[in-house]
Amino acid sequence: MKLIKNIGLTLFILALTIFVASLTLSNHTLTEDVLSKNVPNQYHQEMIKQQAEDLMGKEFGSNVAFINAIKPVLNNSLEALDKASGVDRANGIWNAIPEKLPEGVSENDYRMFPNTVDDYLFSLTKYSANGLLPGNSNWFFLLSFILAALGGLMYLLPDLNLIPGIKNNQIYDSPATRGITFQARMIFLGMTILASVIMIVFKYLLIGILTIVAGLFIIYKIQKTNKENKVSFAKTRKVTATKGLGWIGISFGIFLVLFYISLYFFPEYITNWTLMLDPVSESLSGNSAGRWFLYGFLYTMVMFVMGIRMLIKYRHNNYQLVRTGSVMFFQTAFAFLIPEFLLRLNQPYMDFKNAWPLDYDFFFEIDKMYGQGTEFAIAGWATSVGTMMFIWGIVLTLVVVPFFTYYFGKRWYCSWVCGCGGLAETLGDPYRQLSDKSLTAWKYERYIIHGVLVFAIVMTGMVIYTYQTGSSNILFFDSYNVRSWYGFFIGSMFSGIVGTGFYPLMGNRVWCRFGCPLAALMGLVQRFQSRFRITTNGGQCISCGNCSTYCEMGIDVRAYAQRGQNVVRASCVGCGICAAVCPRGVLRLENGTIDIDNRVTELKTVHVKSISVTNGEFSLEGNEV
Amino acid sequence: MHIAIIGNGISGITAARYIRKLSEHKITVISSESDHFFSRTALMYIYMGHMRFEDTKPYEDWFWEKNRINLKKGFVKKVNHQDNEILFTKGEKMKYDKLILATGSASNKFGWPGQDLEAVHGMYSLQDLEAMEKYSEGLKCAVIVGGGLIGIEMAEMFHSRNIPVTFLVRETDFWNGVLPIEESKMVGRHISENHIDLQLATELKEIVDDGNGKACAVITSKGERIECGFVGLTAGVHPNIDFLKDSEIEIQRGIVVNDFLETNIPNIYAIGDCAQMQNPKPGRRPVEAIWYTGRMMGETVAYNVCGKKVAYDPGIWFNSAKFFEIEYQVYGTVLAKMADNHEAVYWEHADGRKSIRVIFDKNTEEIVGFNLMGVRFRHEVCEKWLKEKTIVEVVLQDLAIANFDPEFYKSHEHEVLNIYNQKSGKNLTPKKKRGWTQAFNFLNS
Ligand SMILES: Cc1cc2nc3c(=O)[nH]c(=O)nc-3n(C[C@H](O)[C@H](O)[C@H](O)COP(=O)(O)OP(=O)(O)OC[C@H]3O[C@@H](n4cnc5c(N)ncnc54)[C@H](O)[C@@H]3O)c2cc1C
Ligand code: SF4
Ligand code: SF4
Repeated sequence: MKLIKNIGLTLFILALTIFVASLTLSNHTLTEDVLSKNVPNQYHQEMIKQQAEDLMGKEFGSNVAFINAIKPVLNNSLEALDKASGVDRANGIWNAIPEKLPEGVSENDYRMFPNTVDDYLFSLTKYSANGLLPGNSNWFFLLSFILAALGGLMYLLPDLNLIPGIKNNQIYDSPATRGITFQARMIFLGMTILASVIMIVFKYLLIGILTIVAGLFIIYKIQKTNKENKVSFAKTRKVTATKGLGWIGISFGIFLVLFYISLYFFPEYITNWTLMLDPVSESLSGNSAGRWFLYGFLYTMVMFVMGIRMLIKYRHNNYQLVRTGSVMFFQTAFAFLIPEFLLRLNQPYMDFKNAWPLDYDFFFEIDKMYGQGTEFAIAGWATSVGTMMFIWGIVLTLVVVPFFTYYFGKRWYCSWVCGCGGLAETLGDPYRQLSDKSLTAWKYERYIIHGVLVFAIVMTGMVIYTYQTGSSNILFFDSYNVRSWYGFFIGSMFSGIVGTGFYPLMGNRVWCRFGCPLAALMGLVQRFQSRFRITTNGGQCISCGNCSTYCEMGIDVRAYAQRGQNVVRASCVGCGICAAVCPRGVLRLENGTIDIDNRVTELKTVHVKSISVTNGEFSLEGNEV
Repeated sequence: MHIAIIGNGISGITAARYIRKLSEHKITVISSESDHFFSRTALMYIYMGHMRFEDTKPYEDWFWEKNRINLKKGFVKKVNHQDNEILFTKGEKMKYDKLILATGSASNKFGWPGQDLEAVHGMYSLQDLEAMEKYSEGLKCAVIVGGGLIGIEMAEMFHSRNIPVTFLVRETDFWNGVLPIEESKMVGRHISENHIDLQLATELKEIVDDGNGKACAVITSKGERIECGFVGLTAGVHPNIDFLKDSEIEIQRGIVVNDFLETNIPNIYAIGDCAQMQNPKPGRRPVEAIWYTGRMMGETVAYNVCGKKVAYDPGIWFNSAKFFEIEYQVYGTVLAKMADNHEAVYWEHADGRKSIRVIFDKNTEEIVGFNLMGVRFRHEVCEKWLKEKTIVEVVLQDLAIANFDPEFYKSHEHEVLNIYNQKSGKNLTPKKKRGWTQAFNFLNS
């Protein structure tokens, strides 16, 4: 059993190494053929060819060298086309002069824009690749993606031999799951944000990476001095031995952060991964694999393997089995397969389970759904799939979400349907204990998450206003700018880089707890008007703290349980783990209308009922202790 | 008024909290074990790596100052009640107006040869845990002596680190002084299936010195010698009251208290594990060393200290524990040897890790107790049935409202009813469904 596990682990590490190494295993040569296939626009193509004269046919030993060479070429092409079409920013001319454009060609077809540059950069890098990896991409697909999944499963499946039950042994001893101190966490967070901003502003990978490395160095320094002062670094088991730094967790965190940064901001460096996925993507949607396909595929695969881990770990607990099965299903079908099939049918891409404001793009994608340039119009409803999607989106947000949340609490979404929640519950499960349970954390949580909600509402309002009036200036803000700030800070930084990258450092629900505006919205419903609550079993609580420790949302469940008070908290995602790990059977997730307005009033562990105190001088409402 | 509380366990802390709720008296909580209150019941989870020590503290560290509860670390060696004064080992003194003794328990040692050697420890305090941690490094085998709730926790602790355990239990079946025989056998099977070497009907005779004052083996009553690097003594606990031996406070097994938790000396009270009830309620033991009674006593004593007489009434008996993966709950009267006028309906799952036992009075048909293994029941529902002496057939038909297992769990209440039907030749059918609404309606009816 142990042997199988070790072989599995070895295979997984091997596959991961191949996966990372594969990014460097290509040469790049720009040829006419590559250019014409990837730049179908004839004006762009000609211009790039002209600008890239020296590069044509030249072989570059790595994608980095190629990107360094081709990037200026693309930027120059953009400039040159702008110039040819009469754009002159220095003199305040921002748009093309129609006379200067070729006969019958629109500005949009003639000019290049920054996002066109990004697209070309990606596809030219991807398809100019040759050599070891591009020549054997199917083999590499097997040796990385598939081998990693197999290795993972080999590592996990032998656990079926254990007696079913709660197994969290040594979670705080393992360098993968023990976390780091508050101090180190904050440094890491600050450094990551700084690094990302630097990278985006300067568009330079190296400075960012250096910043992260500097952060690590500081953490290392602190750890060393702490160790010398005999202070336990991970503020861990003060009583028992301290077993050092959570280095696997930190490395994993850095890996995830870098992955997200490249995915969002530097996709051209990871084209080799998409190359391996082309056959899969083509068989599903008919298109080649872009970065979002790569992300979707990885996401789903990781959720699958780690979902199986969850199913094995909680195989004695039907609530966990059903819930985990549900998130795995929704991810595979709704987030991954259906959108791909939609593309195949030439329909707009849509994840039917994403409600506003989690799907903050929803209201801006009207364009996409209706085809370029169409105005938002009520007429022509029934004919267009896009309209149907739009209506579904509105119904989902305004009717389904509040209604279900009233009946079942926000768990129906957060831990049964949602993709972010799904990843948190599968990949993130080994890190749930790392969420901060302090009252201070709760205070910050409420400010931050409701702040994001307000931001999302304001931004959406501005965008709708712009659609309605055509004017993008509201007060002093440009609604397009507000939208892209939101996209950058909330959509990319918060939900991706920090939200997932920080699993091993701050727990698996950083995004859901501090950032998700949909969670904030449902939380309000759950807190004030919902049938859902966690009931506590009379006086059975022994204050052991397992429930609080394993609450991924950082809820101090024990504080309620030991008073015999039901838990009604806006943030509870109803994962049911607190009830599962409680060794005394104290907690149960339940729905009920009957006492909906006073779900939390009763304190069941109050032993001396006021009746037994004959003289009425005393009242327990005196001090809040 | 200054109220001093010796002991920062659940009973002392609950007392302090309720005194603060009820009054503005000055409160000082004294302990020699830890700076802050932590949950003793979670000690095992620290060792197993499920939790950090920090996580076992039910209140954050700022809580005490905010609620004006003074904490003092130190060991009290003497109580001078004439002067209303306590004495610390370091020579310090402290005046009090009222004193609450909440000093908990200490592990039993029955005078075994070698019981004071190194690497021989009980499992009660943080210090014990530290010792376990210390000797666990490279430990090849541990022997645990005494099959109670703490013994099995210790076994689970070593098991979590893959350290082989030999478990010596005096009884012929595990914990059969408390558990009915079927449940007792179930736990025994479960211990063995976890690869613990469970030796029933075996006692410790001697702990062998390795020549350097450290234990290296034990010799059992069956004459077997078992090599080991650690010996855990978990044969029960006794009130931790040695420091009161020379005082005038009345002591038998524990500190004797009346219904108002007062000792024989005015202004001195005792609660929790260290207290011994002068007049225990029928069916209850004078010393009950469990968490829940400590908590109830703490609350009760607060009223009495604040000048409001409230008699201690522990209510209907309940308790719970966990044996490796099997959770255990009990409500009401469940005796190891069933009383003659009692009868039981017992259902056990085919996997041998779940059971439900419902006990009732043969003559009056009133319900008297529930014993659950691997199944969760609702405390308040069971309590209400027991208090109201509900007829067993009503209970069995409504049994589903007592079910507290998570959603989607298979429910087994109808199987219990079927067993009753077979026994009695009746054909009763279930009347209620599981879930909060029905339970709530029942509780408020
Ligand atoms: C491992 C373990 C698991 C348990 N699990 C359960 C369970 O699951 N369910 C259950 O119901 N019960 C359980 N118990 C029993 C339960 O923990 C005790 O009944 C309860 O903790 C007793 O609380 P207490 O406040 O009376 O005393 P304690 O918690 O023992 O607190 C007494 C404190 O007073 C201090 N003290 C004593 N004398 C002095 C002195 N002279 N000067 C200064 N300080 C002093 C001690 O150091 C100690 O810190 C368990 C016990 C153990 C050891
Ligand atoms: S309170 Fe319980 S159910 Fe809610 S999020 Fe925390 S662990 Fe999950
Ligand atoms: S509810 Fe359960 S897990 Fe939480 S503190 Fe109480 S006994 Fe422990």
